[in-house]
Amino acid sequence: MSIIDILQSIIPAAIFFAAPLIFTALGGVFSERSGVVNIGLEGLMVMGAFVAVVTNLSLASTMQELNLASLTPWISIMVAMVVSAIFSLVHAVASISFRADQVVSGVAINFLALGVSLFLVKQWYDKGQTDMVQQPFYTTDIWLLSDIPIIGPMFFSGYITSYVAILLAFVVWFVLYKTPFGLRLRSVGEHPMAADTNGIHVTKMRYIGVVLSGALGGLGGAVYALTIALNFSHATISGQGFMALAAMIFGKWHPLGAMGAALFFGFAQSLSVVSASIPLLENVPQVYLLIAPYVLTILALAGFIGRADAPKALGTPYIKGSR
Amino acid sequence: MESNRLYNLLVPIISVLLGLLFGAIIMLLFGYNPITGYVALWNGAFGDLYFAGETIVKVTPYILSGLAVAFAFRTGLFNIGVEGQVFVGWLASVWVGTALQLPMIIHLPLAILAAAVAGGLWGFVPGFLKAKFGVHEVIVSIMMNYIALYTCNAIIRNVLTDSADKTDRIAETASLSSPWLTELTFSRLHYGILIALLGAFLMWFILEKTTKGYELRSVGFNQHASQYAGMNVKSNIVLSFIISGGFAGVAGAMQGLGTFQFMSVHSGFTNIGFDGIAVALLGGNTAIGSVLAAFLFGTLKVGALNMPSAGVPEELVDIVVALIIFFVASGYIIRWVLNRMQKEGK
Repeated sequence: MSIIDILQSIIPAAIFFAAPLIFTALGGVFSERSGVVNIGLEGLMVMGAFVAVVTNLSLASTMQELNLASLTPWISIMVAMVVSAIFSLVHAVASISFRADQVVSGVAINFLALGVSLFLVKQWYDKGQTDMVQQPFYTTDIWLLSDIPIIGPMFFSGYITSYVAILLAFVVWFVLYKTPFGLRLRSVGEHPMAADTNGIHVTKMRYIGVVLSGALGGLGGAVYALTIALNFSHATISGQGFMALAAMIFGKWHPLGAMGAALFFGFAQSLSVVSASIPLLENVPQVYLLIAPYVLTILALAGFIGRADAPKALGTPYIKGSR
Repeated sequence: MESNRLYNLLVPIISVLLGLLFGAIIMLLFGYNPITGYVALWNGAFGDLYFAGETIVKVTPYILSGLAVAFAFRTGLFNIGVEGQVFVGWLASVWVGTALQLPMIIHLPLAILAAAVAGGLWGFVPGFLKAKFGVHEVIVSIMMNYIALYTCNAIIRNVLTDSADKTDRIAETASLSSPWLTELTFSRLHYGILIALLGAFLMWFILEKTTKGYELRSVGFNQHASQYAGMNVKSNIVLSFIISGGFAGVAGAMQGLGTFQFMSVHSGFTNIGFDGIAVALLGGNTAIGSVLAAFLFGTLKVGALNMPSAGVPEELVDIVVALIIFFVASGYIIRWVLNRMQKEGK
């Protein structure tokens, strides 16, 4: 197997595994940049995955009749985004308006999402998990680009959602660092009192940050459900939200950094999946490949990434007039 | 100060009641009878000796994982890695329990100690990296969870057994179970609950009665002030994580030496550690609070298994637990309402 063949099997898989993490980590960036800790990303992904699968299953036959089956997954992820955004309001109300401990509220979000979704699955399907989705996302070749020799199949033959994820990271970067809105969002996360003095509505900006994280976390979960898991059960989302959280911190609360970290996790994960067919790696016991991404992350953090400073006001509710 | 104490008690109690109330409303909305639902839950947790025994079996590791999370929180650290520390503790206890032949008076304590050391080592890594390099402890802990999961599985498959999915049973001399308790309740009830309660006492003693505990809490309140007062903030951070991991490791030993008496390969997390976060939060990060909260969650989780007999999906309890945590988190608003009510009364 040549090096090109190896890369052609690893790179698409890496991007494939990374996409849900990118979306969710970007959501985390919005929330935490506005000063609200979001450990509830896991729960937001659960909600997104649940809503996407249920929407997909319920629409499938109607869409089939209308000959629009290829649109079903897109509608599903849209619905998932909206519902998760609304769901994240629980976290926003608790941590911004009720001045709740944001970590506690995030933990509550994780429990709540799992409880509500499994309860409803039991109600609607009378069993512990849903059926398999019939109209998931499929890989597509990007017109012209996928015909480029060597790099075509490597980078331009995959899920459209993956390309959306990578593009979105640049969009988020632009929004956060090049627009007045982004400056305001970041300022309420660094020094809310100064922002307030300058006439920025701290509460409103933080609500926007959390709701955006809800939408993007839901999107991440939905994409995971419709590309990787294909159904919903208690184990569909198990830790991906925490991995996204880790990617966000690894990327130092920067959208492009978060994307890079997510791609790295995806790359490491794909290594352990495709290793069996790679000459150098086939004799390595699987456990080393399984733990490699996590060990490498720790080493990277301890070694050359070093200290990561969170937004200054992260985790503290803003109380007008207090010093 | 008096009234503050009162609020600290009232907020969790009101949260629990509100959580149960909302659970009842959800049952009503979906056409179930909340009274029969909750009666089924109660019977499922305490209906007879078997259920009561199983409830205590569930409570035991919850107490210890709750203590682990709470201990780190008191030093201002978030140990989300309890899950992984439970895994390595479980494995270490079973390893000592199967590999050695010793009289019980040495074997059992040694197995528990091994679990505490393993958990402590697992906790040392995020603590050390936080103190030395300022690496965020949450991310390292999450990574350590996965490393624990996969490493333990590999050790069970390749070292402790010959590609089997679970280890041998531990020797009788390392076991926490007792024929007497088994005959009494027919459940898996074991003496671990005593160790869990001892752990709670230990945490209270360390934090409230020793100089080191004072330092640990002080670092939790204000790192800079503690530094200025001459305390070694870094070594306190590491120590806190080691002790926290030790508690988590012993929680794993409860599974290995008590409930299961072996360890099997896991495809995912046990959730003992993640539920421990909820236990610690509801318990206000105190030792006694964690014990009470663990009893509540253990009761709810075991009782829930009986709810389908009343037609209610058991997942309802997860919603109730989530709502309780949510209300505890929103303590500010509960205090505010209580304050308003008090003023109106005057």
